[in-house]
Amino acid sequence: MNQSQAGAIAGSAVRVLLPVLLALVAGGLILLALGADPIAYYGYVVQRGLLSPTGLEGSITRMAPLLLIAAGLIVAFRAGLWNLGVDGQYLLATVVVAALAPVLAPLVPSWLMIPICLAVAFAVGAAWSVIPAFLKAVHGINEIISTLMMSFLGVSLANILIKIVFNDTTTTVPQTETLAVEDRLSRLGDSTVHWGVILAVLAVIGVHYLMGHTALGLRLQIIGSNPRTAIHAGLNVKRLTFIAFALSAGLAGVGGAIDVIGVQGNVRADYNPAYGILVIPLVFLARFNGFGVIAFVFFFAVLMIGGESAARRVGVPNFFVLVLVALLLTFLALVEYLDHERRQKRAA
Amino acid sequence: MDALFTEAFIGALLFGAVTAGVPLLLAGLGEQISEKAGVLNIGIEGMMLVGAYVGFTVAYYSESFFWGFLAGGIAGAAVAAIMVVLCVYASMNQIVVGIGITLAAEGMTALEHHYEFSRSYPRLGKTETWPIPGLSDLPYVGNAFFNHSPLVYFGVVLTFVLVWLFRRTHVGLNLQAAGDKPAALDAAGVSVATTRALAVLSTGFLAGLGGAYLSSVAGGLFLPFMTGGAGFIAIVLAMLARGKPTWVLLGAFLFGASLSLTTAMQVAGINVPTDIIQMLPFAMVILVLVAFGRNSRLPPALGLPYRRGER
Repeated sequence: MNQSQAGAIAGSAVRVLLPVLLALVAGGLILLALGADPIAYYGYVVQRGLLSPTGLEGSITRMAPLLLIAAGLIVAFRAGLWNLGVDGQYLLATVVVAALAPVLAPLVPSWLMIPICLAVAFAVGAAWSVIPAFLKAVHGINEIISTLMMSFLGVSLANILIKIVFNDTTTTVPQTETLAVEDRLSRLGDSTVHWGVILAVLAVIGVHYLMGHTALGLRLQIIGSNPRTAIHAGLNVKRLTFIAFALSAGLAGVGGAIDVIGVQGNVRADYNPAYGILVIPLVFLARFNGFGVIAFVFFFAVLMIGGESAARRVGVPNFFVLVLVALLLTFLALVEYLDHERRQKRAA
Repeated sequence: MDALFTEAFIGALLFGAVTAGVPLLLAGLGEQISEKAGVLNIGIEGMMLVGAYVGFTVAYYSESFFWGFLAGGIAGAAVAAIMVVLCVYASMNQIVVGIGITLAAEGMTALEHHYEFSRSYPRLGKTETWPIPGLSDLPYVGNAFFNHSPLVYFGVVLTFVLVWLFRRTHVGLNLQAAGDKPAALDAAGVSVATTRALAVLSTGFLAGLGGAYLSSVAGGLFLPFMTGGAGFIAIVLAMLARGKPTWVLLGAFLFGASLSLTTAMQVAGINVPTDIIQMLPFAMVILVLVAFGRNSRLPPALGLPYRRGER
């Protein structure tokens, strides 16, 4: 490795680590202003999310749904489509699979049940993206609005399904039937981590490969970077728009399925983790790069799991994680801007 | 079914439609100003939420709705100032910054609320209303339309002021140019950045005002995440209104009506699951988009930062 390459790598490491550091410091100042002890808070987060064995296993398990959502977003964003409706797609697939899995489990062996569940989840997620894809491809309507609206609709519809259609009548709280623990995804070794995490990591790497190394990926990237070029090149932009949306929403749906048949076992009414809107900034922070996404999702999962413990012990509500993600996003954008300006000056 | 057509039912439905529609009207008009100038303001949800929190808190401690509204509007504009710096001057991606602002606002208001009020949810007293003499005594519509907080009348008057501003003034022309062809505005010697900055600040002020109304008048209290997508509906309203403020007014009232249907149904003794009611406004947007989507129009330079000399 020559000197300039090493310099470039060091440069990009600084561009990523500096915003993280600034966000943590700014977050600490906010905690201080609110009268909480930032050192104690961060200490707890690291202790409970990363250093303790149960915490680390919890963080890694949490990565599974987040990574699958991120995989879907990489496809959409690289294709220049703003799929901001992940939460609806995710939740609807989650609820349908939660209803399906306990019915299916006694009927078919698990090697068949799991693929069926994942396929159904993919289909449900993808189906929820058809309207925005249609509006975008045919009417040219901005997909930001339509996906957001579909997301709100999906969340409410999922609730109706739980309360009215799939309600387990043996429990007092409206919820779907519970999938027996032995029917859930098997664990890795002695840990509490299920193998869905591996599937999720493979999905992100697969999508990274798809977008960078295949003809379909290249076509999607072209409609993303310059739709006019895509038309001139004779690409079927409408069809590609539908494909990108379906892949994106379908993968988010699979994320929901993995969480249900791996960890939750059922879904309660009014459950909405709203992972999507949090993963979007992470995919940006990683600049749509699959490996970067895995690293950021791990960092974020630690923050979430540790933050949940810290909320109970240090008394800082977990809303603080939202603030941290926003700060991270802002500082990353700021550092990138300053870097851009610096280069422009050097070039001039 | 007779209960549906009583004066109480229709009165409650219309009154609720106005109350639920005003935050959408203010935010929608605000968003329209930004969109005209070429800035897609996704952070409006966050600006509303901050306006809702600050507006409520100030109204609660000062015991004055006026100071609450003013503080809410200023708080919304302060959040918008962040967007101005990042998107207009630093040319950052408007969607990313918008999402960041909304996330930060959700987190900060929920946190602040936790530390300020702990788990208590104090309520404000009854709203001061300005009944319009004569009109407010009309049957059915009197109380529903003419006995409201002054902010409601402000929203309606503002709609027509904006019609005039967009059509008849240089300011309106500059806004339009900043969104349609920023290079032309620049060539005419008007600063694109300043035009857009003022547009986004006005958006923030109006969104904050809408939020303050939502918490202190419509709700009477502040709840974390209480805007629940109202900002996004405002974006849709602005988009479908094709630059016409009166359409925002009409749309906001229709959306308000579908939101207020729950309360009105309860008055009439009909029980419909709240989830189904909550779906109504969003289902309406999708239906409208599928049916009339072809007609929505957005400025060509919407969402694009302007850098002089770039093509």
